[in-house]
Amino acid sequence: MNVLAYMVPLALLLGLAALFGFMWTLKNGQYDDVEGSAHRILSDDDVKK
Amino acid sequence: MAEQLDLSLYVKRADDGAARMDLAIEGITCAACLDDIERGLARVPGVAHARLNLTTHRLAVTWDETRLRPADIVAALKSIGYGAYPFEQRRVEAEEEARAAWLLKCLGVAAFASMNIMLLSVSVWSGNVSGITQETRDFFHWCSALIALPAAAYAGQPFFTSAMAAIRSGRLNMDVPISLGVLLALGMSVYETLNHAEHAYFDSAVMLLLFLLAGRYLDQAMRRKTRAAAGNLAALKGEAATRLGVDEAGAETLTIVPVAALQAGDRVLVRPGERVPADALVLAGKSHLDESLITGETDRRAIEPGAQVYAGSVNFDGALTLRVTAAASGSLIDEVGRLLETAGEARTRYMRLADRAARLYAPVVHVTALLTCVGWLIVGATLHDALITAIAVLIITCPCALALAVPAVQVVASGALFRAGVYLNSPEAIEKLAEVDVAVFDKTGTLTLPEPRVANAADIAPDLLAMAARLALSSHHPLAAAVARASGRAMPFAEAVETAGQGVEAMVDGEAARLGSAAFCGGDDDAGETAAGASSLWFAHAGRSARLLVRQTLRVDARAVIDDLRAQGLEIHILSGDRAGAVEPVARALGVDAWRGGLKPQEKIAAIEALKQKGKRVLMVGDGLNDAPALAAAHCSLSPITAVDMAQGQADAIFLGEKLAPVAQAVDIARRARALMRQNLWLAVVYNFIAVPLAIAGYVTPLVAAAAMSGSSVLVTLNALRLRAHAIKTPSETSAAPSDAAALTLAERTTR
Repeated sequence: MNVLAYMVPLALLLGLAALFGFMWTLKNGQYDDVEGSAHRILSDDDVKK
Repeated sequence: MAEQLDLSLYVKRADDGAARMDLAIEGITCAACLDDIERGLARVPGVAHARLNLTTHRLAVTWDETRLRPADIVAALKSIGYGAYPFEQRRVEAEEEARAAWLLKCLGVAAFASMNIMLLSVSVWSGNVSGITQETRDFFHWCSALIALPAAAYAGQPFFTSAMAAIRSGRLNMDVPISLGVLLALGMSVYETLNHAEHAYFDSAVMLLLFLLAGRYLDQAMRRKTRAAAGNLAALKGEAATRLGVDEAGAETLTIVPVAALQAGDRVLVRPGERVPADALVLAGKSHLDESLITGETDRRAIEPGAQVYAGSVNFDGALTLRVTAAASGSLIDEVGRLLETAGEARTRYMRLADRAARLYAPVVHVTALLTCVGWLIVGATLHDALITAIAVLIITCPCALALAVPAVQVVASGALFRAGVYLNSPEAIEKLAEVDVAVFDKTGTLTLPEPRVANAADIAPDLLAMAARLALSSHHPLAAAVARASGRAMPFAEAVETAGQGVEAMVDGEAARLGSAAFCGGDDDAGETAAGASSLWFAHAGRSARLLVRQTLRVDARAVIDDLRAQGLEIHILSGDRAGAVEPVARALGVDAWRGGLKPQEKIAAIEALKQKGKRVLMVGDGLNDAPALAAAHCSLSPITAVDMAQGQADAIFLGEKLAPVAQAVDIARRARALMRQNLWLAVVYNFIAVPLAIAGYVTPLVAAAAMSGSSVLVTLNALRLRAHAIKTPSETSAAPSDAAALTLAERTTR
């Protein structure tokens, strides 16, 4: 029981971190062009030298 | 007088002074285009940033305004092989995007919450079997409550707001029982947790939200995709106007501007073959206008200074100088506007299938819950137990499957329609389209192609026709444009010379080739009778000559589509604004007996109302300004993409392309979709017939509720996907090669 008292909230915190990650990607517009992103990752010239 | 392209209307300025413009890009075929475009623009000096959205085919460019004009960017794109059209996001589209982001946020929260709560719930369920201590269970329930309450408060907003709006206006929609179910499930669970009870329904409440949000998001995403594609099309066909101005030196200037940039009082020049860009008064010039897009009339109207002209008419022979008028006026426009107001009222009363189901469903469910409570009290249960059972009934009947039944089908159906070239304007279009039993067609631009074609192409030697088409590319005359369309892509001849009012001439294989009037080409204009509505052109080369008949022709598959619609049980009518003499041959060619010509807008409405009186549901297909009120009055309406804006605004859906096939496909897909919607609703009802007695008897544990709810939701979704299997088959069925009879042009039919 004791172990649950901190393991469960810890698990929830991890879940929350994922939720915030999702919100961040949403805010960054990462779902605006799903098709383009799939191809963009293959081209490496967007790195400014 | 050099002509300059002025796109300043579309340029937005950022805070740091950089200019920004959105462009719809034409010609994107694969992912490689992405690199092509972005790198190509990066090389243009002055361009700061270019980013292409491959999903929507839109490009956002920012650049330094001191070094580059917007027209240069369009030119740069053209030089690498892509058409670019400046583009302004419509307000509805921006709103939909904001709503999509909001729904996605709600969905994210609901997904997080339901997964974590399920983790805790599964532990409790297995614990209940293997022996869990009271305090562990309470702890898990409190953890669940901690997640569920804020999550539901956030993710439930789309449902709560819509339910509140419905109740306030005294209606019932599907969101009312949903909100009630969620709130009751949460409330009861908190109460039970306080009392250290065994059962809590936090997982059911949040999972319900998750399923429904997923359905709603997908539905909305499909609509957004359609809208984006339609927006691009609008940008692509957005026309330019030649504005006359005076520069500082007092010299006349010609500026090409997008039509949207025109303001009242502007003077514009319209050359032969161009479209009138806005409603205007004629200042100077004499010409004939083809107003078929406005009135359906195929005969050209003679225009003199002082006449009112409407946007969308095509200038035929002489150059015109026009003054743009502020608000469109004139008897026709006013009348159409007035008729639209009255005709539009009827359609807001349409009630969607899901809402009708909700209206039946909600009272039944709530009465059942009440009876359950009263029943248990009579049998002798405590008030607490009776209430818990009654609430369990409400939770289990919370219409998850019912609420998904319609949107799930809608998503698949709009996808199928999208692939068939039909873009939906209104969300209820599918349901309305499925109900129609009469199809009323406009003639000009709907049954016939919007632009005239060479009607006797089959009678002319192919090499001669190809040469004429190539030569026609060098002329601006509308008749020449029709000839140019007679053959595929070709290069114009290098040194073609156009003589205004006469024709074009070029040297081909050392001999003069001429396309134009009979006198210009040495032809005999009296040869053969000119059928009404047709114009003739002559072509001569090296002693051979041909007479080309140019007229409105039927869409190639018109007959096949009409037959198909008839086979689907629809009654076909033709209501045209064109004179009876021009309508009759079309009706005869299509085998339609119920046709009328020379109709004014209000007569079209009257005809549709008469059909409605007989209890018919009318599908109106039309494109002209004169069709707009009829489109609004009909039960459901379709417009081709070439239709005037006012007609498109009234239509429930727009179809693309030169074929009429999308109309038949749309009716077919909509009918299948509606059948599936009904099936799904019945599935939901059957589910309730099984689940409700269990709930009344008090056997519904949270585990049963979770299993039943997700099971029924998955079932209706899978059932909806069956439409996809059908829809993939349909294009090959309906757009099969048109029969030879249907492919014949109107001219050939009438001469038989």
